[in-house]
Amino acid sequence: MRYRHLAHLVLMPAALLFVAPLVWMVLTAFMPDADINSYPPKLWPEHPTLDGFRRIFAEDDYPRWLANTVLVAAAAVLGHVVLCSLAGYGFARLRFRGRALAFGAVMATIMVPTQVLMIPTFLLFKNLGLIDTLGAAIVPWLASAFGVFLMRQFFLSLPRELEEAATIDGCSRVGVFVRVVLPLARPALATLVVFTLLGAWNDLIWPLIAISSEDSYTLQLGLATFAGARHTEWSALMAGNVVAVLPLVAAFVLAQRHFVATMSFSGLKG
Amino acid sequence: MTAVAAGAGAHRARRARWLPQLTGWGFVLPATLVVVGLSVFPAVWALLLSLQDGDLLTGGSYVGLRNYADLLGDAELAAAAGHTLLYTVLFVPGSVALGLLLALALNLRIRLIGFYRTCFFVPYVVSAAATGILANFVFDPDFGIVNAALKTLGLAPMGFLQDPGQAMITLVAISIWGGVGMPAVVYLAALQDIPRELVEAARVDGGAGRHVLRHVVLPQLRPATVFLVIWQTITALQLFDLVYTTTKGQPLDSTTTVVFYLYRQAFQLFHSGYGTAIAYVLFLATLAVSGAVLWRSAR
Repeated sequence: MRYRHLAHLVLMPAALLFVAPLVWMVLTAFMPDADINSYPPKLWPEHPTLDGFRRIFAEDDYPRWLANTVLVAAAAVLGHVVLCSLAGYGFARLRFRGRALAFGAVMATIMVPTQVLMIPTFLLFKNLGLIDTLGAAIVPWLASAFGVFLMRQFFLSLPRELEEAATIDGCSRVGVFVRVVLPLARPALATLVVFTLLGAWNDLIWPLIAISSEDSYTLQLGLATFAGARHTEWSALMAGNVVAVLPLVAAFVLAQRHFVATMSFSGLKG
Repeated sequence: MTAVAAGAGAHRARRARWLPQLTGWGFVLPATLVVVGLSVFPAVWALLLSLQDGDLLTGGSYVGLRNYADLLGDAELAAAAGHTLLYTVLFVPGSVALGLLLALALNLRIRLIGFYRTCFFVPYVVSAAATGILANFVFDPDFGIVNAALKTLGLAPMGFLQDPGQAMITLVAISIWGGVGMPAVVYLAALQDIPRELVEAARVDGGAGRHVLRHVVLPQLRPATVFLVIWQTITALQLFDLVYTTTKGQPLDSTTTVVFYLYRQAFQLFHSGYGTAIAYVLFLATLAVSGAVLWRSAR
């Protein structure tokens, strides 16, 4: 059919335009600085080298920033999976006094933008002694209204009969949740994991505000600072970029088939 | 004996009354505490801070609405608001329209469709820090690949991020490159929700492709469009990360956005009272825009 050829004719060059900068970033990471700084720019590494990667991992800072980010992202994902699925289930299925009020309060926070919260949260964390520690980067990521909402929508869509059957078989509420409901929630959890990973791994403004000692830098904060101070070492910068981007690209490619489905049931499309 | 039995019965009755309450709160309390505690409490605190002349370390003294009055006469803030507005009116329609086009194309049953979807979404995953470094590299006026390409085509080189007249537009282009995956995925999900019979019925009735699109598909996508316009507007009004990692508000302050100005006021000049006042006004502006979009779409 004609429209199919037309679609390829439009989509192919457009798709290449979207990935070309990233492909070039990876290629540059394997070039020596002399080749990167030549004009016109070289597109292909004629003298491939691992110098860029060697340089970033030879220094103390970069591996530490990477480790910090892995820790922050892992804590964020764990917090989200545990706290948001518990709360989502509670709000979807359990009856208790104050439920509507608590859910309303959680949902209302979606409206408040982070800019309003930045300064008082900085002061609050300063009083708690969290400023300049990794804790400052972790705590705001432990749960979110978005996560609670996403999980609640998913649990509402599950048929009740499964839980009732398990209850009749003598399962407690917690047992039902852990053994019956959670295993069914894998697509929703995959989406939550990817969004949380994306947010926590890539966050820049909050670490920029909350962390000032290089020992506690996250990868993004380190990259931003590194880029300003050493913009002649392009191979190292690009190698750093590749390491910062690759884990998320991998996570996305693995989880992407869940996305469209989750977007549909959660009503996120509006 | 009967007293003991009655006691046990009362105990059981109390337990039966309280157990669902405790279970319910046990499930929801941790997340509720984190979310509400880190939003409502700081939001109220921010309101109080915006009425003080604090320096980020001490609260400062109460100055009433003076910070808000100062906002009105702040020429730098007005300029930053102008830059944010320019960015918003270019980014929101640009990313939503392009997202729709992509979704329509990506919804076709053609070969390589999974590959295409991945291509358009992957830039969304790349952080602003990495994007910023890459953008500085690609758009460098002297050795960047874009100017090299322009030269090959016989065109004059451009300043891009280093030209005050082009920097904001370059940032819009970079943001659309990085952000169009989101609207595309949302539209794609909405397209797949349109009942097949609806489209087929319109076809049978003799509707040509573009008529089906205009009278059947687009109205069905309306809720998605409303959501995306609001979402992208909020994203645009909060632009910061990309500015920080590319231009730092330069050249000649042409890319200083409201949030970048807020950051400078609060965390570099330590005017925390003034900073929170800016944040509150931005919050109200965001609410007003979202409200207007919802109101228009409801009519």
